[in-house]
Amino acid sequence: MALSLDVTRRSASITSAPKVRETLEVAKLIDVSRCIGCKACQVACMEWNDIRDDVGRNLGVYDNPIDLTDRSWTVMRFHEEELPDRGLQWLIVKDGCLHCEDPGCLRACPAPGAIVQYSNGIVDFQQDQCIGCGYCQSGCPFNIPRYSIKDDKAYKCTLCSDRVAVGLEPACIKSCPTQALSFGSKEDMKELAGDRIAELKERGFEKASVYDPAGVGGTHVVYVLPHGDPALYRLPRDPHVSPLVALWRGGVAKSLGVLTMIAVVVAGIFHYMKVGPMEVDEHDERRRP
Amino acid sequence: MRPMERTTAGPDLVPRYSHGERLTHWGVAVAYVALFCSGLAMFHPYFWWLSALFGGGPLMRVIHPFLGATFAILFYAYALRLVRDNLFLPSDRRWLAAMGRYMNKVGEEIPVEGKYNAGQKLMYWSMFVVIALLLVSGLLIWRPYFAPGVSVPLRRFASVVHAAMAFVMFVGIGVHIYAAYWTKGSMRAMTRGTVTRAWARFHHPGWYAKVAGKDAP
Repeated sequence: MALSLDVTRRSASITSAPKVRETLEVAKLIDVSRCIGCKACQVACMEWNDIRDDVGRNLGVYDNPIDLTDRSWTVMRFHEEELPDRGLQWLIVKDGCLHCEDPGCLRACPAPGAIVQYSNGIVDFQQDQCIGCGYCQSGCPFNIPRYSIKDDKAYKCTLCSDRVAVGLEPACIKSCPTQALSFGSKEDMKELAGDRIAELKERGFEKASVYDPAGVGGTHVVYVLPHGDPALYRLPRDPHVSPLVALWRGGVAKSLGVLTMIAVVVAGIFHYMKVGPMEVDEHDERRRP
Repeated sequence: MRPMERTTAGPDLVPRYSHGERLTHWGVAVAYVALFCSGLAMFHPYFWWLSALFGGGPLMRVIHPFLGATFAILFYAYALRLVRDNLFLPSDRRWLAAMGRYMNKVGEEIPVEGKYNAGQKLMYWSMFVVIALLLVSGLLIWRPYFAPGVSVPLRRFASVVHAAMAFVMFVGIGVHIYAAYWTKGSMRAMTRGTVTRAWARFHHPGWYAKVAGKDAP
């Protein structure tokens, strides 16, 4: 748990979050070209966070569990792709929260302080404030938040905000045997990603690219994709907070809503003052008194 | 229409709403206020304090959709009884054309044929549609019962519809409450169940003639 001093954005809050202290912006780098799919990161995640998922079912694929859950905050996804120039490829993508700089979940959340962003860029759910509405799922362009049926609260990767707050790297990073996972300042990770891309290109992966999508202001989990196209890795090509979410949770809609309410009340008062009540003369026998 | 004999109304009073209709109306009204307050708390953080009225955020979020479902059931149980009285008649067009003058109390109101004037009918049908949209969009985003089975893009769309319709509804209910307050003598129709003969003659002459019969004074 990071300090409240480090909270720079807070869901459903009108006034400013603390801004005095600026900390180093951090990032996790996931180099897909180095990942061997050992799932050590999954184990480290449940170890450190001390959460055990239910034992699932074998569905005939390597993905285990089959999807992110309220207790599995990171999952290796194994995609088979037939590439025209390279034949069958096994693409292993570590899925989990990307910690967007502009988090759709935080924008959509109606509960004050249930989603926060720390100055180091980590987006964290505060489950004790969560009301269980599901808006964070609507806000997320990456389909990450998952609800617990036990408590109706949303859960996702914390990027080990508790570890990072005291200068440690996330648990998954520690466990990775192939340096597919790295952690450091966002700047350093971008540099490292650049080096990896150069290396990959040298090895013939001409289309290799860095996935740090600008549509969500960049992310604090950055991928190195050897074959370039994010769609091959089931990542959205140009993720952004849905315009519907921006409209619905944006300042314009909120202001318009409040203005409408005020306008109705003012119109009523004004009409009554100007026109006066519509009265019926009880003693007049004519239809129109 | 309910015959005159079946009421305890005095000789100068005309029955307009039965006990059942009034009870349902006020049930709908109470549910609406609670829905609006809890919805507003989730719509705009400025109104988050309203969540305290519902025992805090999480409980409010649980209560809101159950209230909404109850509201919709009560509303349609009531509204379906009023369909016939709200069908548009030829005179309604003329009434609407003269509505501005009526609201400003200049010139004559076009005599109303039925139990409701064209303005009331418009309100009825707009609420009929708006509440249907609120119900459907609300069901689509109702966690944990329906939302998990609904695609995220559809949930986003439903959320926008839900919020937009809530504000159309606020305007509608605002007009409804004000119109009842402005038109003196109409509030008692929904509280006591009766209106005065003079009121009925003035505002709904066609309806009055029908309920009071030929011997109407």
